[in-house]
Amino acid sequence: MIGDRWSRTFALGLIGVASFSSLLPIALAIMNALKTTTEIGSNPLALPTQMHWENFSSAWRNARLGPSLLHSAEVASLTILMVCVTATPCAYVLARQKGKLWRFITFYFMATITVPVQLYLYPLYFIFAKLGLVNSIPAVALIYTAMFSPFAIFLLRTYALAIPVALEEAAQVDGARPWQAFWYVILPMMRPGLLTVAIIVGLNAWNEFVIAVTFLQNDSNVTAIVRFYNLTGQYSTDWGEMLAAAVTIVLPIVAIFVLLQRQFIDGMTSGAVKS
Amino acid sequence: MWLFALPALLINVCIILVPAVLTFTAAFFIWDGVGTPVWAGLTNFQNMVADPVFWSALTNNFIWTAIFLTVPVCLALVMAAALLMAPKARIVVQSIIFLPRIIAVAVTGRIFQGMIFSPATGIVAWLNEHGFSISDPLADPDRSLYAVAAVDIWHWWGFLAVVFLAAMRQISVDQIEAARLDGAGFFALFRYVLLPGISPTLTLMLILTVIWSFQVFEFIFIVTRGGPAYGSEVLATFAYRHAFFEGDVGHAAAAACVMSLFGLCATAVYLRLQITDDAQST
Repeated sequence: MIGDRWSRTFALGLIGVASFSSLLPIALAIMNALKTTTEIGSNPLALPTQMHWENFSSAWRNARLGPSLLHSAEVASLTILMVCVTATPCAYVLARQKGKLWRFITFYFMATITVPVQLYLYPLYFIFAKLGLVNSIPAVALIYTAMFSPFAIFLLRTYALAIPVALEEAAQVDGARPWQAFWYVILPMMRPGLLTVAIIVGLNAWNEFVIAVTFLQNDSNVTAIVRFYNLTGQYSTDWGEMLAAAVTIVLPIVAIFVLLQRQFIDGMTSGAVKS
Repeated sequence: MWLFALPALLINVCIILVPAVLTFTAAFFIWDGVGTPVWAGLTNFQNMVADPVFWSALTNNFIWTAIFLTVPVCLALVMAAALLMAPKARIVVQSIIFLPRIIAVAVTGRIFQGMIFSPATGIVAWLNEHGFSISDPLADPDRSLYAVAAVDIWHWWGFLAVVFLAAMRQISVDQIEAARLDGAGFFALFRYVLLPGISPTLTLMLILTVIWSFQVFEFIFIVTRGGPAYGSEVLATFAYRHAFFEGDVGHAAAAACVMSLFGLCATAVYLRLQITDDAQST
């Protein structure tokens, strides 16, 4: 146990206040999602007296959340697939190859992590508009792949670095080609890393705003986040229904977070913690 | 072997590098995004420098940087130290304070608008009814930037605390015990053991904060759109408005270049750190 009694009491008090303030806006959203707008107006802090579940059904109907959630799922799964397929071999080769050119490629990917979206958004949009790729879900997934794969490459590279080179050499002695060694020896050992990558990339794609709001403009292809954003501009007086929509969009993410906290936290803090 | 790296590299170059170079070029043209670009030399930059909104946006970026280098970092450091002392609460509390980070920014923004800041349905309304006279901070050009920053701090600080906690847990328990036996209280422990122990992580997060502060877009665009009266405008919302609402891509590109220039210095430091670190690990 670290610290004396006084500082431990201080620590516990702080932990209490911090947890409360982290949860308060979420709790308010859930509570008020079950109230009518008049009830919210009269006292936003009161617990619902009667559960107005119809907020959820009307949000589902009026906001057409169903199709937009499906689009979000499409974008997220397509992005996960493309990131895993392209980043894994890249991470492997960056872990194994030495030399100037490979160091430069590593450097390049590091640099793109910090590049602001604004630096490539505008030409990209007008190029995509010319090519007829605006309002296309696969096109958005392609942009996400470019945005999120550097993160994936560096995470997977740490897994690849941990695999002893002797394993592939043994495979090569047995006559395996490089891609066979990769497929049968390396890939199975990178599986835990791939799970983390899939979770983080999926989360980012589900929540992403700038690209989605710029490149998806039709009701027939918007993601849930964009639908929610557009909707709340129009109907922002009906907070009960709006909050019900918010809870519906966030719920799948929170459910996965509760199940897979370790992967979330390790994945998102990876690279940040230096020893 | 290079075939292994090709797909990822190709996608990245096409989506990020090529358009980034084009942005840099577009800054020297007058272009509405559709028609033929016309060479303009430094006109876009001259117009930008003459625009008072550009200067207030740039100032707001600096204010934002100052806020995020201090407020969430201090909160997170103290919280991480507190969690280090409370091992039983650690796992649950860590997840609770991490939670805001995984909620979509668009959703968080709207919840704060409606449930916290709204003078009709939010906590502000409740406070007004209970004898505190507070107006909607989002409707006030002088306070809107700080109100949005508060939302982003809520979203960000817990994540930062989890990062710092992970770093603090790598400090050897012996070192902490030794300090304690020497009679170090909480603040001495914090100042002389914990803080130096996590300084590589702290440095990295501060550099990333500078980089991100010049890119900040989502929260401001969603909550205030840079308003009211450009009160919370930053370079990113300034550029976005010019490109998509005013049809002046050249101007937007010029702003994006300035924005990147400020981030670039921090990026250079970031890359140096990462590369020396990388050289050790490979």
